[in-house]
Amino acid sequence: MSASPLIEARGVTRILGGEVPATLIAGVDMAVAPGEFLAITGPSGSGKSSLLYMLGLLDVPTSGEVLINGRPTAKLDETARARLRLETLGFVFQFHFLLPEFTALENVMLPMRALARLPADKIAPRAKEILDSLGLADHAHKRPDQMSGGQRQRVAIARALSNDPLVILADEPTGNLDTASTKQVLDILRTMIAGAAGKSVVVVTHDLGLAAQADRRINIVDGRISAP
Amino acid sequence: MNGMLGLIVSIAQTHIRSRLRQTLVGVMGVAIGVGFSVMMAALMEGSQNDFITQLVDSLPHISVTDERREPPRQPADMVYDATEIHGLTTLQLRPGIKNPFAIMAALEGWLPGAVAPSVQSKAVIRFAGRDTAASVVGIDPKREPNVSKLSTQIRFGTLDSLYKTSNAIILGDGLAKKVGARIGNSVVVTAGTGRTISANVVAFSHAGVTQIDDTQAYVLIKTAQILAGQTGLVNELRVKTRDVMQARAVAARIEAETGYKATSWQEAHEDLLSAFQIRNFIMYTVVSAILMVASFGTYNIISTITHEKTRDIAILKSLGFPSHVVRRIFVLESMMIGVMGLLLGWMFGYLMTFAMTLIEFKSPFMDATHLPVLYSPRHYAIAGLVALSASVIAGYFPARKAAAVQPVDIIRGAS
Repeated sequence: MSASPLIEARGVTRILGGEVPATLIAGVDMAVAPGEFLAITGPSGSGKSSLLYMLGLLDVPTSGEVLINGRPTAKLDETARARLRLETLGFVFQFHFLLPEFTALENVMLPMRALARLPADKIAPRAKEILDSLGLADHAHKRPDQMSGGQRQRVAIARALSNDPLVILADEPTGNLDTASTKQVLDILRTMIAGAAGKSVVVVTHDLGLAAQADRRINIVDGRISAP
Repeated sequence: MNGMLGLIVSIAQTHIRSRLRQTLVGVMGVAIGVGFSVMMAALMEGSQNDFITQLVDSLPHISVTDERREPPRQPADMVYDATEIHGLTTLQLRPGIKNPFAIMAALEGWLPGAVAPSVQSKAVIRFAGRDTAASVVGIDPKREPNVSKLSTQIRFGTLDSLYKTSNAIILGDGLAKKVGARIGNSVVVTAGTGRTISANVVAFSHAGVTQIDDTQAYVLIKTAQILAGQTGLVNELRVKTRDVMQARAVAARIEAETGYKATSWQEAHEDLLSAFQIRNFIMYTVVSAILMVASFGTYNIISTITHEKTRDIAILKSLGFPSHVVRRIFVLESMMIGVMGLLLGWMFGYLMTFAMTLIEFKSPFMDATHLPVLYSPRHYAIAGLVALSASVIAGYFPARKAAAVQPVDIIRGAS
């Protein structure tokens, strides 16, 4: 792809300290292009989730660098990294990770209120709109424990979408879902790429069926990119 | 409220609401701490003020006596380095204040208050075979109301009753009881000089302080001078200042101007006031300790919440909430517990203080009375400030720990 990458990893290495240092990622170079659906696959413990966390600025490489929309992040402090994450990235995890005391609507509104890109009175209508688009109109005022696994994961996707991020980073988003819910989630991710110009999705998955639907697939083995 | 602040408040409120029982325990801890602190302060300072008021009202604010701080130098001492003088006899009579009325006139020119003359003498009062030592004070009934509350403390008569008969006497009611004298009785007063008069009891006085009521008797200045055997003697000027706290400064000026020893009520009761200071120090130490103990409850609650909410903290941070925002959420929760406890504690403290005023208190030194309390905004402010500070500190440490959570550690663990 010719457009400049939304996320780029340059020689990213992550070594966990301790008595016996463990290399999670070793010198990975990769890029996520606008509008791309990228799947990261690999066996358990291969380092694919660790790579995703570094692409999402949740973790800091031991060496190498991650660029977000062309901006180097190595020298950013914790607050600036958090801000960049809030503005440009959306996360979906294997477990929904919704705040249990908040309703679906409130959970979706959280990142919007933190970023405050929209006026306060526009936040709730926009959050409802996102929930509606994911078929959750009737569940907006339910708490996570009042919803099914698939519904919760869709709320998590709605939350990830709330600030209109450039990239959605999903870590085993269908890992805990039944077949029907898995299909729903996949359809949503696909729709996002088709519907929103320039938006990309990076999915870490074991599911080869899901990986097969991606535009591109990166396979990680022992912290390095290898041929699938 | 909008933006990040509104969000912080909203998350903090939700956490607090979701741990209602724990929150209530924390709030009650702070409330009880604040309530008891307010009540204790009200009682301690109330009783102190009441005691001082009674003491100050019973006595002149300043007593100018015919003594000097330093004995005057002998003329021979001024001429020679060392002198030895033989054959001196001790003066038997009290020197008295020289030109007392001229001094009074001079003082009245600038004094922020009033001044009255008196003659102090020791005597034995005898009636129906019983006798007791007493302090007989010669007063001017016209001027005395300006310098003491004696006129309001007279029972079965007035100060002017002293003019009723020659050698009229007003006895402290405790003193009267001791000798068994009643109104109209004639008691025998024998002064230290040996002079004896027969005096008619025309009224009783009741200051409410046992030490005074059991020993004081009042006569006209002229009668006291007869007892002292010194015509024109005035050995004390009694001064009342408009602001009771000014007494020390005014006394110093009087002493400087007249040369006579002027003792303010503060100086006369220095030991008592020192004791009050120590008492207040102890009180505020205990009050602070109570509030500190309450703050441990808050610390416990916030620690529990942050521990239980580790995953939520990781989620918030992964979404893009910076550490300082996470820290503020939990400090705010702590403050919310503190503020709720504080408001409840204020009410609790007020009600307990009020309840205390309903209890009758009996002291061997004073009249039976209801417990004196002082309703002071300062007590509420101090208790509030300490409780709130303790809550913020109690919340800060767990909040700091929460803010240090690395989201990736939690998310990796959960996965």
